[in-house]
Formats: sequence, structure tokens, C-alpha cells
Amino acid sequence: MNQSLVIESLKKSFGDFKAVDGIDFYVEEGKFFSILGPSGCGKTTLLRMIAGFLEPSSGSIRICGDEMIGISPNKRPVNLVFQNLALFPMMDVGENIAFGLKRQNFSKKEIEEKVKNILEKVHLTGYERKNVSNLSGGQKQRVAIARSLVLEPSILLLDEPLGALDLKLREQMKIELKKLQNEFGTTFIYITHDQSEALVMSDKVAVMNNGKFEQIDTPKNLYANPKTSFVANFVGETNKFEAKLIDDAGVVKTKEGIDFRVNLIDKNIKKDCFVFIRPEAIVMMVEGNMEDMNYFDLSIKTILFDGSNTKVLATLNDTEHEIMVSLPQNRKFAHIKEGEVISAGVHISDCKCYE
Amino acid sequence: MIKSLPKSKFYDNGFKIYVVLFYIFLFSPLVITCILAFNDSDFPTLPWNGFSLDWFFSDTEQRVGLFSDSANLKSIWVSIQTAFFVSIFSLVIGTMGAFLFEQEDFRFKQGLYFLALSPLVIPGVILGISLLLATNSAGTFVEENFGFDFSILRPSFWLVVLGQFAFISTFVLLVVSARLKKFDKSLEEAALNLGASRFDVIRLITLPFLRPALIGAGAVAFLMSFENFNTTMFLIGSDTTLPINLYLQVRDGSTPIINAISFLLIISTSILAIINLIFTKKENSR
Amino acid sequence: MPIFLWLFLLIVLPHIELFLMSLKYENDMGDMVWSLQNYGEFFAEEIYWLTFIRVALYSILVTFLTFVITFPIAFYITKIVSVKYKGFLIILLLMPFWVSELVRVYGWMILLRESGVINYFLQALGLIDKPIEMLYNDVSMIMGLVYTSMLFMVVPLISSLDGMDDSYIEAAHDLGASKIVIFFKIVIPYTAPGIVSGSIVVFMLTLGNYLTPNLMGGKNSLWFTEQIYNQFIASFNWNQGAAFGFLLLILSSFIIWLGLKLTKQNLTKALS
Repeated sequence: MNQSLVIESLKKSFGDFKAVDGIDFYVEEGKFFSILGPSGCGKTTLLRMIAGFLEPSSGSIRICGDEMIGISPNKRPVNLVFQNLALFPMMDVGENIAFGLKRQNFSKKEIEEKVKNILEKVHLTGYERKNVSNLSGGQKQRVAIARSLVLEPSILLLDEPLGALDLKLREQMKIELKKLQNEFGTTFIYITHDQSEALVMSDKVAVMNNGKFEQIDTPKNLYANPKTSFVANFVGETNKFEAKLIDDAGVVKTKEGIDFRVNLIDKNIKKDCFVFIRPEAIVMMVEGNMEDMNYFDLSIKTILFDGSNTKVLATLNDTEHEIMVSLPQNRKFAHIKEGEVISAGVHISDCKCYE
Repeated sequence: MIKSLPKSKFYDNGFKIYVVLFYIFLFSPLVITCILAFNDSDFPTLPWNGFSLDWFFSDTEQRVGLFSDSANLKSIWVSIQTAFFVSIFSLVIGTMGAFLFEQEDFRFKQGLYFLALSPLVIPGVILGISLLLATNSAGTFVEENFGFDFSILRPSFWLVVLGQFAFISTFVLLVVSARLKKFDKSLEEAALNLGASRFDVIRLITLPFLRPALIGAGAVAFLMSFENFNTTMFLIGSDTTLPINLYLQVRDGSTPIINAISFLLIISTSILAIINLIFTKKENSR
Repeated sequence: MPIFLWLFLLIVLPHIELFLMSLKYENDMGDMVWSLQNYGEFFAEEIYWLTFIRVALYSILVTFLTFVITFPIAFYITKIVSVKYKGFLIILLLMPFWVSELVRVYGWMILLRESGVINYFLQALGLIDKPIEMLYNDVSMIMGLVYTSMLFMVVPLISSLDGMDDSYIEAAHDLGASKIVIFFKIVIPYTAPGIVSGSIVVFMLTLGNYLTPNLMGGKNSLWFTEQIYNQFIASFNWNQGAAFGFLLLILSSFIIWLGLKLTKQNLTKALS
């Protein structure tokens, strides 16, 4: 498969601050690639360098094999969908979409044709003469994407375009975006701080922190096998314990005084470490002494009912440490009440231990 | 074009040179005026004959310094009084107007608002002559029918105050309205809900919120009044304000005493402007 | 209620009076009669209506020049210079305008006139032998008017450019637009409200200016306000002056209305 984008040892500093601190990655053609990270991690800086609005301090950016350093944004085969969308308020939908085409000197007829086609593809047929300020959030979104895609860029860059939408619309747009990307087959590079957006839509996700990539992986792997404690903590819900290693073979004692046998992900842990356990890894109402399980008691504090996503807040053994446990919605757990004490267990491989 | 777009050295430097030239253009008349206030010469021009404070303090036959020139001093005093009354009156009416147009709803509101803004597009000269004509007619009417001379209706100190007030109120109204637009009405409702009286609400909630705008508008009103020429020109009685007085002196040939007055004006307005700016900055950052 | 008093007693009534007075004419018997004679006078005397047209055209020219000169400054301050210097440059920009117009005009007079500072320097440098009179002509007058009006243009320009997110320019560039296209298709339309409100105020102030044309213009640079002044103060013909005033009011209202109409703006919006 061809590589749309190859980035090598890319760096950008603002004074002493290293916004992007040596990044290498590539994106295959036609993939949906997300860059996920908390605000201030440098993801916007990275995106703006790819788009050409920022000059890197060092490193290389190649798009479809061509070096892009020193090439101005309008000469790069990439287009950017801005965070605020930047739809021109003084033009209608059709004029917004035609804006880039006109600059390429397409004939009037071709432009009309192309605008019509793209609007059809984003399900806004007949919206040419509408004023952009009268569109709904989701419609604006689609116009902004259409405005860029109509130019048939090699890569479409998206800068948290769903940030301003409300929750429900965001869920819809996630699916919509994924579909659009499939339809067009354009490479999408999407940056976001919302892990659910990244996981749902992407073929691959890069988790970024402090100007560096922590892990590049498929969403599934990212969730199941986080490579670093930052990824374990940032991607998906999890229970976090501070602990000390008491046996090099993989036994820790948490700050609260509970012993866990753990799965040592970092091999060079000295003493202090963190243990992460996903809420759904904890199995309730199990007893026994299978070799590869940790067993403990849970005192139920609160049941957080949320339909299929119901959880309980419980304390572990006789400590005050609260953890979150997923509650499968089947009859078996329907009777659980606040205040009850229940036996539970978690598989050793699900107790991931990081430095 | 902007920071994030590629740009040429030529474009960048060309722009910088333009900006520098613009600022030189902006400041040269003021700077030269100030410098020449201290030249030891009988005319406001070069060559430089040495530093002198004559045009401020001297009191000789040839050179009458500003602080010995009673006509100029008096006009400054008249201007300060005028500006004081104008800013008080226009602050009161302008603020009331802002409340009226921002918070109340009534018939003909649009039309009335239009009327309230109209002084912005009426040339000052026209406002001046209209008021002169109207008050003159009214004065004549009063004199003929009631047999006494109503002095406020004759060109006089108070007529100047009235004329300036007529259009300066509009500026106050705009400044206060802008601030009032940002006011969250639920704050008032919360205060009422917590048992405050209508009066308490205005005193404790609304006015403190408007304070920066009121101070700013007051300063603007004072300055506008202090330097108004066009409207004042027609309404003036025997008490000449400073701009009129200066105009007469500039027109009929000038001595560096005008530079001395200008210097003081430039310094004091700059200080006032900076204080006002620091004040609004502080209020905004809170 | 005081608002109504303010608006009716000080704004509406005087202008009605202005209109009424302009329709009164002292006939040969010395009686005041209703007549259009004052307006007839205006059209009969060439100097009156020529001045009128000249002032209208010059005011449009001044408005346009002011825009052209201040727009790059507003753009530089809002889009190019780093945030550190932005506040400083704005304060610097506003400062001269807090000072009385008269002082500013006076400053230009001592710079430009025959015995002025610029002539002194030019002579000292040996560039000219005899001082040149640079004051008292149309060019100096227009420069003075532009100088006086700059603030009222630059402030609305800065505020509307400030409200324009950089991403619009970036997006246009990203979509392949050249600088010229960005400027005319994105920046200018976006800042149109600021341009219109700035232009209205500048135009109005220029039209109604008295000081600058009077002090910086030449003997032939008659400004219409000067003719109004002459009718009132020199000839003491208040009715004629009222007619002139009313014509000026009509002119300013008409051109502002035209400007708003052409740009599809609304007065209350443009002013606030």
C-alpha cells in the first residue's frame, strides 16, 4: 500500500518549549488516522505543520513521496477543516464550496457540476443558495468537509471539528464522518482530545503526550494492550492504583495495603509503580482459587444506572479506595443493592502494571 | 499575509516601513508643537534659540507667559466648568437612555432609538445653528408674551452646555449600552429573589457592573466637551471657551503661548487617557 | 421622560425650527414672508452650489483616502504584529486624538507654513533657496482633514478585524486563494460593517468640519460650513444660513443613506 504521509524526526520548539519533540510516523493511503491527546500535547502544532501554517524546527514531512518543507499551504495537496470550520459568512453554501474551485480556474459549468455532486454526497442536495449562518451544526460541518473534499486533496486534515457540537449530534457525526471517509477513500488525519471519537472512527490512532507519540496502534489494541501508563490512563475508563513492587515475579502492594499479582508491562520497574484495571475486567460473584485470578471483596456504595452502561461504585476489601465496576445488564445482577458485600475477582493479565 | 502564512521579506519590511512612517505622520505635529513651546523665540518656529520657560511664566512687555495671561487662563477655566456640567448631565441622561433602550420595550422604540443616535450623523455646525435659531425664537416668544428676558435662551454659558449636552449624551448612551448588553439579567433577578429592593439592585448590582463604562463615558464626555468647537461656535456668549479663544489667536497670528497651552493640553489629556486605559484594563481583567 | 425632553427639545424641535426659518424671507417691505427665496438664492449664486458640490466630492475623497491610509495600519495591528506590541501600538494610535483638533491643526500649521519647521529644514539642508508656502492650498487641507479623521476610521476597522478569526484567511489560502483574492473576497467583505460605520462618521465629520478647512485651506478652498458661518455671523442673514444648514443636513443624510443602501446595512447597526 502507498504511503500518503511520512513524517520523520519532526520537531517544533517555541523558545524553550518543545511543542513537538521528535515524531516519526506514516499514514497509509485511504486510512482514517487519528491523533489523540490532551490539550496542550502538541497535536494542533503537528497538524498545522502538516498543513503548512507552521514551519517545523527540524525534520521532514513527505506527502505522496514529495518533501513539503518550505512549500506554502496552498501548494500542498492537503486541505484543512478548521476547528471553528471557518465557513465564510458572507458567502452562501454553494459559493463556499466553489471558492477553491474558482481559484483553480475551472469553468463555470464544471464548478456547478462539482458543487452539486459533492453536496449530494454529503446529503445536502439543493442547499447551494442557503446562507451558512442558517445551517445547523451538523450541516455546517458537512459543508466545511465538502468545501475541502471538492478539491480532491491527497489528505484531509481535521482539527477537532466536532468539538462545538452537542453530545447527541457528535455521536451521529462520528458515524457520518466514518462513512464519508469510506465513500471518498481520501486519507483523513483527525486530531481530537476525545478518545471515543478517535476509537470509533479510526483505522489507527496515535496517542500523543508532551510532544511525543506514546503509542500508534489500532483502536482495539490501544484499548486492550496499552504500552505506557499514560495510554492506559488516557484511553478508556480504568481504575488506577498506586503500588510498590514486592516480588519481582509480579506481586505488588497497593498504597491501601492490598496485594495484587499483576501483569508487568514495563520490565524495568524498580519499586514504585501503577496498576490499571478496566471496569469490565472485574468479574463479580466469583469464588474459588484459580491460579491466575486475584480475589477480593467489594462493598457496593452506589449503583450508577446508565442502561447498558450501568456501573457500580464499590470499595475494595475493607479499604476506603473506591473503584468502578461494570455491571452486565442481565438478571444475574439485578438484585445487587447498595451496602451489600460481594466477592469478586480479576484475571492477572488484566491487572496491568506500569512504571 | 498573516503570521502563519508564507511571506516575502519585501512584503514584511515594506509593511514595517509604512507603519513607522504612519506613526511619524501621526506624531510629528504634536511633538513639534511641544518642543517649540520651550524655544526661546518670539515665533513658534525654528531655529532653536535655547531652552526657555518664558512662554509659561514670563510676564514682561514683550512676552506674556501663559500663567500671566488672564484671557487664556479664564477661557481654560470656562472650558473646565462647561465640560464638568456637560459630562454630569450627559452621563445621567445617557445612562438613563441606555437603560431605556436596552431593558424596556415600548411602542416606537426603534424610531426613538434612531432619533437618539441621530446626533452622530448631524454635523455639529448644524446642531449649533438649529439650537441658536430655536432658542432665539423661544426667547423672543417668552419676551414678547411674558415680558422678561430668559437669559438661558440667549447665547451664553448655559446654552453652550445645553448644546454640547445634546450630542454628547448620545456617545454616553452608546458606551453604556455596549456594557449593558453584556449584563446578565439573571444577576438582577437573583438579587431580587434574595430579597433586595429594586433600588438596592440598581445600587448594589447594576451600577457597580456599569462602573467602568460610566468612568470611560465620563472621560470621553469631558474631553469632547472640552475641545468642542463646531457647535460651541454659534452658541457662545461672553464667556469664550478655550478652543474658541485658541482659534481666534491662531487665525490672527500666533505666538508660542499657543504652543505652551497645547503642551499642557497634550500632557494632561495623555495622562487622562492613560489613567482611563489602565482603569478599564484592570476592570476587564477582573 | 427626561429622554423625551432631551430628544424633542434639543434635537427635533431645533431642526424643525431650522427648516421653518429657512423658508422665511424678508421681502422688500421688511416683512417676513413664507418663501423659497432662500433656496433660490443658493441655486442662483454659482459660488454657493459650486462650493456645495466641491465639499461633497472632497468629503468622499477624504473618506476614501482615510480608509486607504488606515486599513494597512489596522491590519498590521490586528493580524501581523505580535500580541506584545499590539496594545502599545493601539494606545499610541489613539493618543493624538484625545488632544483637541485645534492643537493638531496648529501643529500642522507650524510645520507647513512659509516660516515653518519643514521649510527651515529644507533650507538648512540646501534643498531649496526660498521657503515654499505649503499651507493654504487644497492638498494641505485634505491632508489635514484626513489626519483629523483617521481615528474614527481606524477604531471600527480594528474592532471588526479583531473579530475576524485568522482561520478564515488560512482557510482561503489553504483552498488556493491568492493574497489579492483573500483581500477582496474575504477580508473586505468581512470587515464591511466596520468600513461602513467608519466611513459614515468620517464623512459626516469632514462635511461638517470648520476648523481644518478654515485654517489649513487657502483663500479659494471655501468649505460650506464657512458659508453658513458667514451668513450667521458676518451677514447676519439667519434665514439664508438656515437654508444652507438645511441643505447640508439633507446632503449628509442622503449620502449616508446611499452608503448604507449600497452596502445593505442598517443605521442603528452601523453606528453601535
